[in-house]
Amino acid sequence: MRLNDAVFGIALLLFSLAVIAYARTFPATYGQRYGPDLFPVLIGGALAICGLLLTWRGWAARRSMPWIALGGWAQDRGKVLTFALIPAGLIFYILVSDFLGFVPTALLLLFVLLRRFAVAPVASLAIAVVTTLIIHTIFARFLLVPLPWGLLQPVAW
Amino acid sequence: MMDIFLTALGLIFTPYVLLVMLGAALFGLFVGSIPGLTATMATALLVPITFFMDPVPAIAAIVTTVAMAIFAGDIPGCLLRIPGTPASAAYADEAHAMTLKGQAEKALGTSLVCAVIGGLIGSLVLATTAPLLAEFAIQFSSFEYFWLACLGLSCAVMISTGSMVKGAVSLLIGLFISTIGIDITAGYPRFTFGSVEMMGGISFIPAMIGMFAVSEVLRYVASSHEKLQVPQQSIGNIFRGLGPVLGRYKLNLLRGGVIGTAIGILPGAGADIAAWVAYAVSKKCSREPEKFGSGHVEGLVDAGCANNAGLSGAWVPAIVFGIPGDSITAIVIGVLYMKGMNPGPTVFLNQPELIYAVFVAFFLANIALLPLGFLAIKLARQVLRMPQPVLMPIILLFCLVGAFAINNTVFGISIMLVLGLLAYVMEENGFPIAPTILGIVLGAMLEDNFMSSMIKSDGDLMGFFSRPIALVLGIVTLSIWFLPPVIRALRAMKVSRSSW
Repeated sequence: MRLNDAVFGIALLLFSLAVIAYARTFPATYGQRYGPDLFPVLIGGALAICGLLLTWRGWAARRSMPWIALGGWAQDRGKVLTFALIPAGLIFYILVSDFLGFVPTALLLLFVLLRRFAVAPVASLAIAVVTTLIIHTIFARFLLVPLPWGLLQPVAW
Repeated sequence: MMDIFLTALGLIFTPYVLLVMLGAALFGLFVGSIPGLTATMATALLVPITFFMDPVPAIAAIVTTVAMAIFAGDIPGCLLRIPGTPASAAYADEAHAMTLKGQAEKALGTSLVCAVIGGLIGSLVLATTAPLLAEFAIQFSSFEYFWLACLGLSCAVMISTGSMVKGAVSLLIGLFISTIGIDITAGYPRFTFGSVEMMGGISFIPAMIGMFAVSEVLRYVASSHEKLQVPQQSIGNIFRGLGPVLGRYKLNLLRGGVIGTAIGILPGAGADIAAWVAYAVSKKCSREPEKFGSGHVEGLVDAGCANNAGLSGAWVPAIVFGIPGDSITAIVIGVLYMKGMNPGPTVFLNQPELIYAVFVAFFLANIALLPLGFLAIKLARQVLRMPQPVLMPIILLFCLVGAFAINNTVFGISIMLVLGLLAYVMEENGFPIAPTILGIVLGAMLEDNFMSSMIKSDGDLMGFFSRPIALVLGIVTLSIWFLPPVIRALRAMKVSRSSW
């Protein structure tokens, strides 16, 4: 998905103004002329200049560059679904991993993604199980990362 | 001096560190030889694991992985005309043309030996110049560091591919991200919106995994793929007939190594740019430039040497000043901070054995590249047949666990996801992402030096030019910012006047 530079320019301009406005509310450091707001305000100012330049450039090129140009893949519904599945899968993990536990959640995530990438069902299941167990062993056993057990707590190994 | 060196040797030559380096080497060779997986991604995936190691094995693992991955990128470039990493793109056509002429062995052998020699030249420059520079840098105060950080970041914007405004936007986004969390000078929580997890700031590891690994997975999904056609011809003795090639082009070897190291030292330019420049210089200086592009080995010598030399070069500003030379050393600087080995000249005084251990790791990794690279070439056909759809979900799970493991909260995964999507949109629209990572890593140091300089000089901006080195650095930085637009404006005026 390609957007005209002006779209980014305007978005950056709004963002930088919000940053500056919000940073101005930070309290000044006692006894100093400069507080925690100085650096964010400078960054916001520079971003605003870049935003203006991009807007100007995008506007000048508006004939050759449409506001939004969807890539070829965006017309392919299957691909859009696969693409959306990646953030959706991560959000799913964030929401349920504590309850379900790492092993079931990761297994489910891997299996669904592998199937979506057209790997055969049995192979998908096998790969998902082996990968989950290997990653779990590396991180939970050797690196002592407290991956959540969730539902499997009673049988934790 | 000698005892420091011996201590450093002792730190590297332990069974544990050597085993870690071997594992890292195999990982690097694997990731580098698969098209679409880059050396930077290999580093990003490795960092969560090194997080749990001591400084020396952690750094040795990164050094080894990257050196191996950059060479391994040549293998699919040669056999399939698809560079395994961007650093091999400069000469993938040339190497593939040699394969078509039935000279795959010669091309791969040259790439391997030149990578080893280039890596050793770069390591030598690193080990000799870094301590000297550190002695000089010890006199620097916050003014000099402020300008150095500005200079490094400006170079990163200048050199980044595409439009300079977009490079600047990318950098500023990174700097903004670095301001989130508790402010270092006053202790005030900025842009946290009341969230306790945001107060700690945006952790750099999930950010980097998102920008370099998750965005790659997204890009893979969005692009179209054909099954790789792995050539059937078997690869014989890659070292046959290599002697005459190296003898004939020994000057090219040296030139490639020097160009690569020099470009690596420049902040913002890494192995890929080093390879392009070395290849172009090789063609320009060659006695037979007409043969370039038709499967001629000369350009391969220069560029294959340069990209591996560039890797070591990038470490010079990284460990002496804490200013990264490329996106990989930006990651390394983040790792060094986490390991309490804050980069800068003082590390040469306080922990010289650690720095020398890093140098030893560089030499060892590049020497080990010879046998391990040979093995990788032998196994290349099997590795390239590995179905990519299987790899992508596995990489995603690795990212997820890596982002979680740093603070043991799912907040890390959220950071990774948001920045992964951001990096994908940015890259699609021509915004380079390396400056963002540099901004995130250097933001705190830049602000810290800026604020302490402002407080020291009591707000007087002339204070930034009050010391001789600061004055020079300041003038160089300001001229990088303001000279190009001024020259452009003058030229435009001249044109309009002459047409008028």
